[in-house]
Amino acid sequence: MEPIRSHTIAVLVDNEAGVLARVIGLFSGRGYNIDSLTVAKVEDSRNLSRITVVTSGTEMVIEQIKAQLDRLVPVHKVQDLTIDGPSLERELALIKVVSTGEKRVEALRLADAFRARVLDSSTQSFVFEITGNTSKIDAFIDLMRGLGLAELSRTGVVAIQRGTGAL
Amino acid sequence: MAQNMMTGAEMVLKALVDQGVDTIFGYPGGAVLPIYDALYQQDDIKHVLVRQEGGAAHAAEGYARSTGKVGVLLVTSGPGATNAVTGLTDALMDSIPLVCITGQVPTHLIGNDAFQEADTVGITRPCTKHNWLVKDIKDLARVLHEAFYVARSGRPGPVVVDLPKDIQLTTGLYTPPANVQHKSYRPQVKGDLNKIREAVELIAAAEKPVFYTGGGVINSGPQASQLLRELVRITGFPITSTLMGLGAYPASDKQWLGMLGMHGTFEANHAMHDCDLMICVGARFDDRITGRVNAFSPNSKKIHIDIDPSSINKNVRVDLPIIGDCGHVLEDMIKVWKSKQYRPNRTALEAWWKQIDEWRARDCLRYRPSSDIIKPQYAIQRLHALTKSHDTYITTEVGQHQMWAAQFIGFEEPNRWMTSGGLGTMGYGLPAAIGVQMAHPDALVIDVAGEASIMMNIQELATAIQYRLPVKVFILNNQYMGMVRQWQELLHGNRYSESYMHALPDFVKLAEAFGAVGLRCDKPDALDDTINEMIAIRRPVIVDCMVDQKENCFPMVPSGAAHNEMILGPEDEAHRDISVEGMALV
Repeated sequence: MEPIRSHTIAVLVDNEAGVLARVIGLFSGRGYNIDSLTVAKVEDSRNLSRITVVTSGTEMVIEQIKAQLDRLVPVHKVQDLTIDGPSLERELALIKVVSTGEKRVEALRLADAFRARVLDSSTQSFVFEITGNTSKIDAFIDLMRGLGLAELSRTGVVAIQRGTGAL
Repeated sequence: MAQNMMTGAEMVLKALVDQGVDTIFGYPGGAVLPIYDALYQQDDIKHVLVRQEGGAAHAAEGYARSTGKVGVLLVTSGPGATNAVTGLTDALMDSIPLVCITGQVPTHLIGNDAFQEADTVGITRPCTKHNWLVKDIKDLARVLHEAFYVARSGRPGPVVVDLPKDIQLTTGLYTPPANVQHKSYRPQVKGDLNKIREAVELIAAAEKPVFYTGGGVINSGPQASQLLRELVRITGFPITSTLMGLGAYPASDKQWLGMLGMHGTFEANHAMHDCDLMICVGARFDDRITGRVNAFSPNSKKIHIDIDPSSINKNVRVDLPIIGDCGHVLEDMIKVWKSKQYRPNRTALEAWWKQIDEWRARDCLRYRPSSDIIKPQYAIQRLHALTKSHDTYITTEVGQHQMWAAQFIGFEEPNRWMTSGGLGTMGYGLPAAIGVQMAHPDALVIDVAGEASIMMNIQELATAIQYRLPVKVFILNNQYMGMVRQWQELLHGNRYSESYMHALPDFVKLAEAFGAVGLRCDKPDALDDTINEMIAIRRPVIVDCMVDQKENCFPMVPSGAAHNEMILGPEDEAHRDISVEGMALV
């Protein structure tokens, strides 16, 4: 068996109705994994959106995913940031922690250590904003579980290549 | 300017004319009435009224496949669109260019569960190459031209333009097709020359080579078939083809091994298994071709020429992929071969052909002839023998009769063979034949059918009658869903679950009820006369050819088996156990 690896793929698409459904339908219809998916308009002048998808599969499957994405009509470019690297990956999370006393103090102390910002607080709660790669956010969330983690909202991964190269 | 101001409905027809369309297949309904009204008031486009929208899609496919042009269908919203879905999926699987225009409820009603509303772009997204919902008259002309471009470019396929009724009635400015580059869809047509040189080098060095060709050669146009013939001739290599590719290479030629795959010939499959170089041209290593993938041609280097990068390394890992249009790549290969003055390895090839001749000597398509019962293979052989001097086009339904047609009809030219390959759609053949006959009014168009498949779109016989299309339906009637029964024999202990065709109609009377001619034949010695009579009648004909009920289609690579594990006939069948994994395969 070929090993299964995680890949981060950037897809530049026309910002038009149905394009996200096309991409998602491709993944579900052909049985590929979506570990994370983000999409937003990135270019007003050409009306382009950028989709960042984190997926996993054997080398042959990843090659298929890229080829299948590339043949969708509204897709302009497909870049495998894991192969074309080095690249940067960031994710943002909003984390609500509800607790009092020692736990509340500890949550705030750890947030400081992780450079998470306090966006909102009440006498019994904080909403933290944290940015980083997925593993950093996972680590922070794990710590918050014991300290009153109440709700979690994550953006999913956005990524970009280092250096002068541009999609 | 003023003359280019028109309604959306008029714009549709204007765009069709500007795209070179003269025939469309369709069925009216509430949401397309403005287009039908515009159709009524013009003479450029001929509309063929089918009896069900599924028939329109297959007819457009038949038209497209026999002409190389884009097939067009026009259907209404809701059930009109959903009925067309099978045909769209069929065209997607077989890479057939179609433009399907669907009516839609007016824009302000979209999403309200209006009468005959369906989410057509949502439903057809996975079964089209691309689709559009046009919500602004300003986009209509551009989208229509883009639809034709996408349908015919690269790997061809079906597209849908969903057109709300209010847009059909709105007036706007029509723009003719422009030669501007598409902003994102630009398939690679020319192959990488370095890779082509590498491929030619491999070809020159090959000792046990085989060409494995497919529908991509047909789709590339008649020129690609000519180039393929030239390359095969100058190399002296054996050639086999998929179901989709039949006709690209003449079946009467000595280098032709017959079709490969599940019901392919012994020699073609063994050549594939034992070769040291496989040159795949416009085929996609489908499961019907490869058999068990991990035992597929284990010792060969594989060159794969395909216009669709997603076909590369999908099922089988290849050594040398060349992305490009078959015709262009073949042309460049021949140029390189000639300019470098390559010669094939004659000594090695002689030994290879000697081996192939041994495989051929097994005579894998033989069957036990009979003088009192018509063997289906014999019926197809006679059909071929008596029609080959005519300008003949063959369509099929799906099942045993389809495989026998593929095995026993020798195609000499491309675009003469229309069959549902990838999707395996029963009911394809009759509407497809109608599409072919519309494009080739004087040709002899025959749908080789089974008695089960033909019932799936029999209503289209009325279409043939209405337009005086003399299509012939040649039914191999064994009173079973033959291929289902064959698999039940092979895999399910002869339990013929629901595969016997009870309550069949009298096909002769059925033909007559439609206004066609019905002929029946149940004796081998009457077969030739019946076929000749069928050919002579310039009207639609159904031939009810009563054949051996028990005959099965051989040779066969059972599911889960390798190419060199073929079953040659019924004697062989009893001694084979199908693996559990094989049983789960389709």
